[in-house]
Amino acid sequence: MTKTHVTTTINGEVTEFLCEPGATLLAVLRNELQLTGTKEGCGTGDCGACSVTLNGRLVCSCLVLGVEAEGAEIGTVEGIGGIDKLHIIQEKFLEHAALQCGICTPGLIVSTKALLAENPEPTEKEARYYLAGNLCRCTGYDKIIRAVMDSAEAMRGDA
Amino acid sequence: MVSVVYEAPASVQDAVALLSGAEITATVLAGGTDLIIQMQGLVNESRLLVDLKKIPAMMEATLDAEGLQLGPCMSCAELTSREDIKSVYPGLIEAAYLIGSTQIQGRASVGGNLCNSSPAADTVPALIVNNAQCVIVGPSGERSIQVEDFATGVGQNCLEKGELLSLIRIPLPAANTSDAYLRFIPRTEMDIAVAGAAVSITLDDDGICTAARVSIGAVAPTVLVVAKAAEVLLGTKVDVQALQAVAEAASKASSPITDRRGTDEYRRHVVGVLAKRAAAIAAERVRGIQS
Repeated sequence: MTKTHVTTTINGEVTEFLCEPGATLLAVLRNELQLTGTKEGCGTGDCGACSVTLNGRLVCSCLVLGVEAEGAEIGTVEGIGGIDKLHIIQEKFLEHAALQCGICTPGLIVSTKALLAENPEPTEKEARYYLAGNLCRCTGYDKIIRAVMDSAEAMRGDA
Repeated sequence: MVSVVYEAPASVQDAVALLSGAEITATVLAGGTDLIIQMQGLVNESRLLVDLKKIPAMMEATLDAEGLQLGPCMSCAELTSREDIKSVYPGLIEAAYLIGSTQIQGRASVGGNLCNSSPAADTVPALIVNNAQCVIVGPSGERSIQVEDFATGVGQNCLEKGELLSLIRIPLPAANTSDAYLRFIPRTEMDIAVAGAAVSITLDDDGICTAARVSIGAVAPTVLVVAKAAEVLLGTKVDVQALQAVAEAASKASSPITDRRGTDEYRRHVVGVLAKRAAAIAAERVRGIQS
């Protein structure tokens, strides 16, 4: 099958790739670009493990085609902090032990960053509704929400 | 896996030409939240996907003296962030806000919700009570149809080969009018309606209902308009008795199915309760405008 050439921006860097027109952005990120921080959970838009931002909007990358990334700005977990310097949200997830198996964590970090960009001072209820599309089968969410609320406070303090 | 040919035309005319000239099955791609999942089930098939999101008019919404001109592909996340639209059509915005998760709303659109033609589509009852119209463009030109006449069955609609939904036109509500949408799901968040109801109400200066529209979803093969439920509100102050009559009319008009998410009897009862409560909320919103 003929592959399509796509030029996009991922985490601020202009990136080019070839992909089959039916391939999802999730498949492209993981298999073509080796950006394996974005996880595949359900593949049907229910679990949020593959959350990325597309032109600033939080989306499931399993429900976006790779070819739709042409000319777009994509944000993945690889663009948030790094091994040398973690982002506040990542530090807070560690501090509060807001993960166990870790599969949902990249999606939750991306979603939390999007939440706090839109709403720097969410109530717990707002945070829980915003993150309802990120499923975690280990923690029971309590520690995640504590980490999110603490991140919000710490990030407001930084500003 | 399905073999995909992807096109992202820059104009509606180009999109119509692609759709009408296609030799393989051609489908419009809007937010993809239904379509991409549906395609996962296909084997050895070829599909032409015509992505409409590069056409600026499909992604914009303009609110003026005429009403709302809604680009069918605008994401629900963008639509629900528009305070100007929310202040005029609160029920429509609360319906868009109920679709899926934050991630789904980042892609899903009102036009996609309509064209997927599920009877449980949350925005459709809210569009109907606001007298919304679909503008359809095809090889033989443009035509308009009321939203309640758009879907013809479960997953089926009146679009012919080569046609696409190019605009959703929603008239400005009359003075002292407001709307509301409620749905029932077994969970707190992220589910598909077991029953849904939208109501639009107009009150005069004495609080008497002078016009109303009631629409119910997920309780018949298509979203229904319940004229009887609107009639019983006329001339009343939207009091307890009138609301009870709304509930009875909505329940009576429904013809739901039984599945693991609810029996037909349960759905028939719940849709009445939702219609009654949505009517009360819409009336309260009008009183808020008046005071």
